[in-house]
Amino acid sequence: MPKYEWPEKSKRAVLGRRISKSDSPDKVSGRAKYASDVKRPGQLYAKFLRCPHAHAKVVSIDVSAAERMPGVKAVKICEKKGPGSEILWALDEVVGVVAVDERTAEDALQKIVVKYEKLPHLVNEQDLAGAGDRAKPAAEQVTGDPDKAFQEAEVVIEGDYGIPVITHCCLESHGQVVEWEGDNLTVYPSTQNVSGLVGQFAQPLKIPASNVKIRMDHVGGGFGSKFSPDSWGVESAHLSKQAGGKPVKTFLERDAELFVAGVRPSHFARIKLGAKKDGTVTAWEHHSWSTGGPTGGGMAPLPYVLSVPNSRKKHTAVATNTGPQRAWRAPNHPQACWLTFAALDDMAAKLNMDSLDFYLKNIQLAGERADLYRRELLKAAELIEWKKKWHPRGDPAPGHLKRGLGLGFHTWGGRGHASEARLTINPDGSVSVDIGTQDLGVGTRTVIAMVAAETLGLPVSAIKVNIGRAPDYPVSGGSGGSTTVGGVSAATRRAGQNALEELFAKVAPALSAQPSELEAVGGKVQMRDNPAKNLPWRQATARLGVTPLVVSGKNAAAASAADGKLTDQGVGGVQMADVTVDIETGIVKMNKFVAVQDCGLIINEKTAESQVLGSMIMGVCYSLFEERVMDEVTGRPLNANMEFYKLAGIGDIGDFVVHMWKDDPEQDARGVIGLGEPPVIAPGAAIGNAVANAIGVRVPQAPFTPARVLAALEKKGGLSS
Amino acid sequence: MNAFEYAAPTTKEQAVGLLADRWGDAEVLAGGTDLLSLMKDYLPTPKRVVNIKDIKELQGIKYSSATGLRLGALATIEELLSNAAVKKEYPALAQAAEGVSSPQIRNAGTIGGDLCQRPRCWYFRSGLGYFPKDDGGKDLIPTGQNEYHAILGNSGPAYFVHPSSLAPALIALDAKARIFGSAGWREVRVEEFFVTPNNDGDRETVLKSNEILGEIILPPAKGIRSATYEVRQKEALDWPLAAAAVALKMSGNTVQSARVVLGHVAPVPWRSQAAEQALGGKAIDENTASEAGSAAVNGARPLSKNGYKVQLARVAAKRALLQAAQGGA
Ligand SMILES: Cc1cc2nc3c(=O)[nH]c(=O)nc-3n(C[C@H](O)[C@H](O)[C@H](O)COP(=O)(O)OP(=O)(O)OC[C@H]3O[C@@H](n4cnc5c(N)ncnc54)[C@H](O)[C@@H]3O)c2cc1C
Repeated sequence: MPKYEWPEKSKRAVLGRRISKSDSPDKVSGRAKYASDVKRPGQLYAKFLRCPHAHAKVVSIDVSAAERMPGVKAVKICEKKGPGSEILWALDEVVGVVAVDERTAEDALQKIVVKYEKLPHLVNEQDLAGAGDRAKPAAEQVTGDPDKAFQEAEVVIEGDYGIPVITHCCLESHGQVVEWEGDNLTVYPSTQNVSGLVGQFAQPLKIPASNVKIRMDHVGGGFGSKFSPDSWGVESAHLSKQAGGKPVKTFLERDAELFVAGVRPSHFARIKLGAKKDGTVTAWEHHSWSTGGPTGGGMAPLPYVLSVPNSRKKHTAVATNTGPQRAWRAPNHPQACWLTFAALDDMAAKLNMDSLDFYLKNIQLAGERADLYRRELLKAAELIEWKKKWHPRGDPAPGHLKRGLGLGFHTWGGRGHASEARLTINPDGSVSVDIGTQDLGVGTRTVIAMVAAETLGLPVSAIKVNIGRAPDYPVSGGSGGSTTVGGVSAATRRAGQNALEELFAKVAPALSAQPSELEAVGGKVQMRDNPAKNLPWRQATARLGVTPLVVSGKNAAAASAADGKLTDQGVGGVQMADVTVDIETGIVKMNKFVAVQDCGLIINEKTAESQVLGSMIMGVCYSLFEERVMDEVTGRPLNANMEFYKLAGIGDIGDFVVHMWKDDPEQDARGVIGLGEPPVIAPGAAIGNAVANAIGVRVPQAPFTPARVLAALEKKGGLSS
Repeated sequence: MNAFEYAAPTTKEQAVGLLADRWGDAEVLAGGTDLLSLMKDYLPTPKRVVNIKDIKELQGIKYSSATGLRLGALATIEELLSNAAVKKEYPALAQAAEGVSSPQIRNAGTIGGDLCQRPRCWYFRSGLGYFPKDDGGKDLIPTGQNEYHAILGNSGPAYFVHPSSLAPALIALDAKARIFGSAGWREVRVEEFFVTPNNDGDRETVLKSNEILGEIILPPAKGIRSATYEVRQKEALDWPLAAAAVALKMSGNTVQSARVVLGHVAPVPWRSQAAEQALGGKAIDENTASEAGSAAVNGARPLSKNGYKVQLARVAAKRALLQAAQGGA
C-alpha cells in the first residue's frame, strides 16, 4: 500500500499554482446549465400557497376552484398542513399546485380559500424583556472565579452588542425538477449535497434508495442552506405522481427564498470585561440571546478565539414565529466574532491602547495557534499600514469624513469529509475521476483535476472530472463546514496513488525495473533514479491491454495518524478594515479590506483567494446592509425582496487585499484544510471596529446603517467629532 | 400576475380611449420597470394593459435656448442623462438621473414612468395595503417599521415617501407637466402634479385614470444654478434615503431667489419655502447653506424609527446648495 502524502513542495508541478476554474467559460458564456435551467419534456410547474400569518391555526381549506381551473394538473394540501394544523411562521407552504405553466399555477393559488385562526406571535427578539415565555434560558456556565476576577480587575467595561437575523439569499433559489419513471425518481436539484439527497428523497417517498437518481452540474449559491430535499421538494415529488408522473419544476419565489429557505440566527449580548491596566484581559461575563426561528437559537462560541481564564456565560434562546435557521457559513462564528471583538476593542479604547498592541498583548489566550495569529496580525498590519494610519478612537481630522481602522480574527475546523474517488485510467491514456460531490462555484472540479494531474504527472487538462451524479459516482459528503476540498483532494490523491501502484506493476517489466522504483512525472512513467529510462504516459497505459484500470481512493472523516497528512483541521486568519464614515449622514464606505488567511497546503492559489474574496463581499454585505425586517404587529416580512433586503454592489466593497499564508513549511505540512467558512467570520468585527475607530463611539448593532451610526453619534453628544 | 388584455396604440388619442373611467381596470405601460413588478405582486390587477411606448409624439428630448427643454414622457432616463444640453443647462436634473441605477433601469425606465411610479413603501409592496392598518383599524406605520418613511407631510393616512428622484429637480427647475385626456391637453406645474392621497383607491398624482402624462416642459435656465444631492447608502440598485434639489437665481454672489425641494421625505416631493426665504439676499457658504438646510426640515415630525432622516434631509439640502453655488451658471 502506498504511503499517502502530498509531494514535497519542491517537487510539485501543479499544486499551489494559480489555475482558473475549469467551468468558468461555461458560466460566463451561459452554456453552464443550472437546475433552474432544466426543462424536461412535458414539464409542469409547481407553486405553493403560503400562509400570510406568523402564527395561525388552519381552520379550513377549499381547493375546489383551483382544481377546476383549466391547465391545473394537481392540487395537494401539504403534509401536516390540513385543517387543525398549526403554522409557525409566515410564508410557510400550505397547498401545492401543479399546472402547465407558472402563470396558471400562480393564478390557481389565488383561487384557493384557506381560513385561518390567528394565534399570538413573536417575530422580533431584540428586546428580550418583551419575549415573555418565548425566552428559554439555559444553565449558566462558569470557568475560574469571575467574581473575584472582576473585583480585582483594574478596568471594567460593559456594553450591549447585537447582530440581527440575516438570510442566505441564494441567487439561484431553492428548488429542483423531479421526474418519475414508474417508481424510479430522477431529481435535478440545486443542492450542496448530491450524494446525500438519494436517501433523503427515498425515505419520505417510501421508495428504495436504489430507485433515486440525482443530477446536478452547477448550483447558484447555498451557503449552508441546501443540504436537504426540503418539504417543497418532497411535496413536488408527490404532486408529480398525482399529475401522472410528469416532470415537475419547483423553484422558490424570491420572498420564500429569503424568508423560509434558511436564515442565520441573530445574536445579542450584554458583555462585561475585566482587565489589568497593562491590557491583560482577566474576566469575561455575558448574557446573550438569539433566535433562529421557532426553536430559538443556540449560544455562539463566546468569548471567541481567546479563552479568558475567568468567565460566566448565560444564554437565552428566544423562539420566534419566523422561518427556521439553517447553517450559514461558519454557523455562529461570525456572530461570536463580532460580539467578542467589539467588546475587546472597547476595552482597548478604554485603556487608551492601540488595539493591535492590545491583541498582541493577549495573544496567548488564543492557545495553540497563538504564534500563527501573532504573525498573521503583523502581516495584516503591514498590508493595511496599521501603524501609519491608526489613531486613537475618533479621527481628529477636520471635516465630516472620518477614517478608521478595525480588526478581528477567527478560527475554523475544515478537515476533509468522508469521500470516495474513482479514478479510471484508460489504455489510451485518458483519465477520469468520478466523485459524487458538487462544485458550489468554488473550484471543486478544478481542484480534483489538479490533484489527479499532480499525482499522475499529467497536465490538468488531461483529467476529466465527473461530479454531480448520485448514485452513479462514489459517495462524497455534503459541501458544508469547509470539508469538501480536504475530502475530495485526499480521496483523489489516494485513488491516484493506488492507481499508479497498479499501473507501475504492469509497466515495470517493460522498463526492467521494480514497480517501487517508478514514478509518474511530466507525462512519463520513469525510473526515479534514472529518468532516462521511461515510457511516455500513453505507451505506459497501453500496457493495460484492453481493460481500463479503475481504482478507488477513500478519505475517512476521522483521520488516522498512519495516513500521512493529507488533510487537517484548525485554522486562524486575521482581517483588518479601513473605512470612511460620513458623520453627517452616517454612511460607511469601505476603503480597504485586508484578509490574511492560512489553510494548510494550498492546492490552487487562485480559487483559494476567490473563496476569501467572496467571503469578504459577503462580510461587507452583512456588516453594512443585511437585515431581515419583520412587522411586529402583523408578524409579516417586509423586506422579502432584493430591493429592501440590501446587498453590497461592486461600488460598495472598496479595495480587497488577500494574503494567503503560504510561505510557512509548518502550515504546508498540515495538508489541505477547507476555506469556505473562515474568511467570512471576521468582517463584522473588523468593519464594526473600524467604524468605532473612525467616529469615536461604538455603533453597537450591525449592520452599521446610517440610522444606527447617527444614533450612536447623537448619544455621544452631537454630530461634531 | 392575472391574465389581461394587451393594447399597443400608436396615437395618444387611441391610448386615452383604451383607458378606463376608474383606476384599476386599465393600467398604462411604459418601460414596465415598475408596473410589471407591481402586477406580479397582484397590486394592480388590471383587465387591460395599454402600452404607450409606440406613441412617437411622446418620445424624445428637445432643447432650445429660447423656449427651454421639452421632455417626452417616453424619453428614457438614459436619454436624459446622456443629453448634453441637460447636463449643461439643468445640472440638477442630470445629477438626479445619474442616481437612478442600474444602467438597465435607466435604459428601460421612462421619465413619465419615473414620475408616475408607485410608492416603494414595503408595507404596500408586501401586500399589507396602501394605508396598512392593524385589526383594530389603527395605522401600522407610525409605530411600525418606518425607517424609510415620511418625516414631513405625514399626518396620515399616507406615510410613504414619493419615490421619484427626477421630481424634486423638475420642481426646483419650475417644470410644467402636460397631460393628455379625452378633452385634449391640460397643463399643471410639476409641483402641483403630485398629491397626497387620502382614500384607498387614490393615486399619487393629479392624473385621472383615463389620462396620460405626455410631456414635461422646462423654462430656459439661463442664470440659474442648480444641483441635486442624494444621500444614498448604496452606490447602485437603491433609492436615496433623502435628497434635495435646488435652483438658485443669482445676482452676483448673492441669491436673488431660490427653489429648494426635498425628495424621499414626504408623500409628495417637498418644496420648502422656509429654506428658500432663508436664502434670499445671501451669499451661499457653509453657514447659510446649513441654516437653509435646517429651515428645509422645519416642521418635520419623525415617526418612531426615522428620526435620522431629518438629519439626512438637512444635510442633503445643505450639500445641494453648496454644490449649486460651486457649479457654473
Ligand atoms: C432597482 C431599482 C432602482 C431604482 N432606483 C430609482 C431611484 O433611485 N430613483 C428613482 O426615481 N427611481 C428609481 N427606480 C425606479 C425607476 O426609475 C422607475 O421604475 C422607472 O422610471 C419607471 O419607468 P417605466 O417607464 O419603466 O414605468 P412603468 O413601469 O411602465 O410605469 C410605472 C407607473 O407609471 C405609470 N405610467 C408610466 N408612464 C406613464 C405615463 N406617461 N402616463 C401615465 N402613467 C404612466 C404606469 O401605469 C405605472 O403605474 C428604480 C427602479 C429599480 C427597479
